[in-house]
Amino acid sequence: MKGDGEAGAGGDRGDAPGDGTPLLEVRDLVVHHGQLRALDAVSLRVLPGEVYAIIGANGAGKSTLLRTIAGLHRPTSGSIRYDGKDVTGVRPERRATQGIVMVPEGRRLFESLSVEENLKVGATYARPGPWTIERVYDMFGWMQERRNQPTAQLSGGEQQAVAIGRALVANPRVLMLDELSLGLAPVVVQRIYGMLPQILGTGLTVLLVEQDVSQALRVASHIQCLLEGRTTLEGKPADVTADQVEAAYFGLAGAATASQPGEGSEG
Amino acid sequence: MSLVTDPTARQAEGFRVTRSQRNVAWTGAVALIVVVVLAFFPYIVYSGTTAIMVQGFIVLTLASMWNLLAGYAGLVSVGQQAFVGLGAYFVLILALHGLSPFAALPVAAVASGIAALPLWWLVSRLRSGYFAIATWVLAATIMLVIEKFPSIGGGTGLPLPGFAGMDPTLLTAYTYWAGLAVTVLALIGIYLLLRGRLGLVLTAVRDDEVAARSSGARVGLARLLVFVVAGVGCGAAGGVLAISQLQVQPSAVFSVQWTAEMAFAVIIGGLGTIEGPIIGTVVYMVLQQTLASYNAWYLIILGLVAIIVALFARRGLWGLIDERVNIRLFPVGFWLRTGDAANRRAKDARNG
Amino acid sequence: MAWVNAIIQGVLTGGLYALFACGLSLMFGVMKVVNLAHGDLAVVAGYIAIGIITVTHVPVLWSFVIVVPIMAVLGYVLQRTVLQTALDRSVLTTLLVTFGLSVVIENGLLQFFTANSRGIGASLSLVTGAFTIGSQISIAYLLLLIFAVAVAVLLGLQYFLSRSKYGRLIRAVADDKEAAQLAGADYRHVFGIAAAVAFATVALGGIAFGMYSDLDPTTGTDTILLFAFAAVVIGGLGSLWGTLVGGVVLGVAQQIGAQINISDELLAGYIVFLVVLVLRPQGLISRGVQS
Repeated sequence: MKGDGEAGAGGDRGDAPGDGTPLLEVRDLVVHHGQLRALDAVSLRVLPGEVYAIIGANGAGKSTLLRTIAGLHRPTSGSIRYDGKDVTGVRPERRATQGIVMVPEGRRLFESLSVEENLKVGATYARPGPWTIERVYDMFGWMQERRNQPTAQLSGGEQQAVAIGRALVANPRVLMLDELSLGLAPVVVQRIYGMLPQILGTGLTVLLVEQDVSQALRVASHIQCLLEGRTTLEGKPADVTADQVEAAYFGLAGAATASQPGEGSEG
Repeated sequence: MSLVTDPTARQAEGFRVTRSQRNVAWTGAVALIVVVVLAFFPYIVYSGTTAIMVQGFIVLTLASMWNLLAGYAGLVSVGQQAFVGLGAYFVLILALHGLSPFAALPVAAVASGIAALPLWWLVSRLRSGYFAIATWVLAATIMLVIEKFPSIGGGTGLPLPGFAGMDPTLLTAYTYWAGLAVTVLALIGIYLLLRGRLGLVLTAVRDDEVAARSSGARVGLARLLVFVVAGVGCGAAGGVLAISQLQVQPSAVFSVQWTAEMAFAVIIGGLGTIEGPIIGTVVYMVLQQTLASYNAWYLIILGLVAIIVALFARRGLWGLIDERVNIRLFPVGFWLRTGDAANRRAKDARNG
Repeated sequence: MAWVNAIIQGVLTGGLYALFACGLSLMFGVMKVVNLAHGDLAVVAGYIAIGIITVTHVPVLWSFVIVVPIMAVLGYVLQRTVLQTALDRSVLTTLLVTFGLSVVIENGLLQFFTANSRGIGASLSLVTGAFTIGSQISIAYLLLLIFAVAVAVLLGLQYFLSRSKYGRLIRAVADDKEAAQLAGADYRHVFGIAAAVAFATVALGGIAFGMYSDLDPTTGTDTILLFAFAAVVIGGLGSLWGTLVGGVVLGVAQQIGAQINISDELLAGYIVFLVVLVLRPQGLISRGVQS
């Protein structure tokens, strides 16, 4: 099953695929919000160059997972390994400077800063790499003209673009996108996801959380579904059926991991 | 992979809601004995000691009030000295008009509570930092205004009339009992207040204000009530202060040092519990007596200890004791008695 | 004519108040810390300056160069240690801790320096001189200089916040410290920088105040803290130039009060403060979220 944003071979990728060592690996992560267990022994492995999508209903724990990987949340138990090193106890800002950069849910731009200032902050502690503020302006044609505008004057989609740009200029190796589509019109969402090939082309790996399942299936090279803090499905989009996804999403009987490809696979 | 079908365990166990973990009748009896013993002090100790005890009563009352404000209602006031001063001045004014200061005391306390109403109107909309500073400015303003009236002593104050011809030993005894009465009434009053609906509302607000409001709690009213009660309490303490000093001086009764003392006593003893201020006051008095000749030192040390406690032992000395011994002298909370299975599950979740 | 003189005095004093207020505003805007010890820090700076001058006999103006950096470093350290720990606990804790610090500092000063008030550099012609217009208007050189310094400091702060890397970081962290972390910024370090700047400005104010008037251990809370806070509230929280406006309004109100009745100077200022608090907690210049 191919979609516009599917990760495939090609492009000047910095991270070579093939040897199977994951760039990001999460093992048996347990995360609590107070007494509530938000994540229950969740694991995942993201290979270099992949687009790894995490789907699930509200409250399934998707954002918690991303936030914990980013370092904003401390897990009760479990480990997070990045590029072979254990980063479970590393502070969020250090993870960012090492290459794990998240675009948080709801954009969370710096409201009293202009568009360009937001990008500049993102670039303050950037790693060396191909992404610069100019390159972000190239990718989003409208941005340069409006670079001195306060971000509050931008539309939702434009703000999302700035948020992504802010993360890109830090030159991450793993770019995490938390609920990109939230509050945006479908057309806008499509356009933004349409940028993914460009992003992947520079060697990034993408880990994203997405409420819109069909959108996720279209762009992902690997998919994982969460329900109430547990993994209910995991595999390649080509290998899972719509029914399996639905069952995993809602927690119906019959959900299974995609160890065997279903017949007539669709997205 | 199977669906999450873990039914909540709660249906399996019953729950019982109780007011205290241990039998409170014991502590009540002990408290009564303590009060009776204290009441006999003027007969058995020197007047120097009773004078110190009166100071302690004043600080304990103030500390309990400050604890009510900051620990339960979340109102950090750095201006309670306004009410101390108002209470003292109300006693003075009434005494100047012929009323015995002891009789004036309860009137002054009530008047302070009434005075709290317009002051609340001024500051009620302000949030923590603003609120704190506003109370401070209010206190300073009230002092400056009062100083403009020469009939009550202007900037230098006046001696408190109404004690002429009274036997000094009797005077100290009466002063002592007045202080004891104010303190006991204050503690009982706070206990009853917090045990009732007000206590529930305040605890709910402390945990989650938005949720509390949306479930119907009259938060504003609760806070107003607390502010007024604190006004009454601090005013009463101010009245006792006036009586014990036999004079009322603006710079003494309106000094921000009162706030420092009550705040430190509460922080060290334990914010948010009724027992905390008691312990804190004891610590404060011990320090003050030990370092009496070293003037500013006791405040320096008290302050440093308070800072350290606030940072590292949030629940104060009482909190440290409470964790080990689990008594409540003044049970105002609720305890949920559950079955063992639920407890084990909760423990598992915590150890994750 | 005496009124004109009073108003000029008031306006110029506003500069001094702005110096006190901008640090308070910065710390609240960035870290949400209401530093009740703010005024006492100004007094500490003044006392350090007095100490240095007494011991080393350096020219008075050198005290600025020496003391301000010392206070900046002190600010960074205090923020990273005590204040950050308090912030991690709760808002209540920071309020209590800064209050505790205030009491400790004041009583510490009292213990070591006695309650006597001290001044700085009373022999300098700069400090005592004034230029006169006509027979009723006398403007002290010092006051004019302080006002000029205050404006310069505010300009510098504005430039720092809007153009420099750390200024941007400070604004970003103030807006959303988590998002700043995600961008690689250690907000504790940025907080420290902001505190250093705040302490530096308040040190400037403290030394200036010591030259203009006298310092004693309680000046910090009696006058400086309340003035600083009043200036911030009147001018509007979050507005840098608002602290100057607030300071000027406060200064003028005080001088008017003093004209009515010499002992009403303080009272007039407090009343204006309270009125503004009640009517318009956002202050006279409310610009929302910017600084």
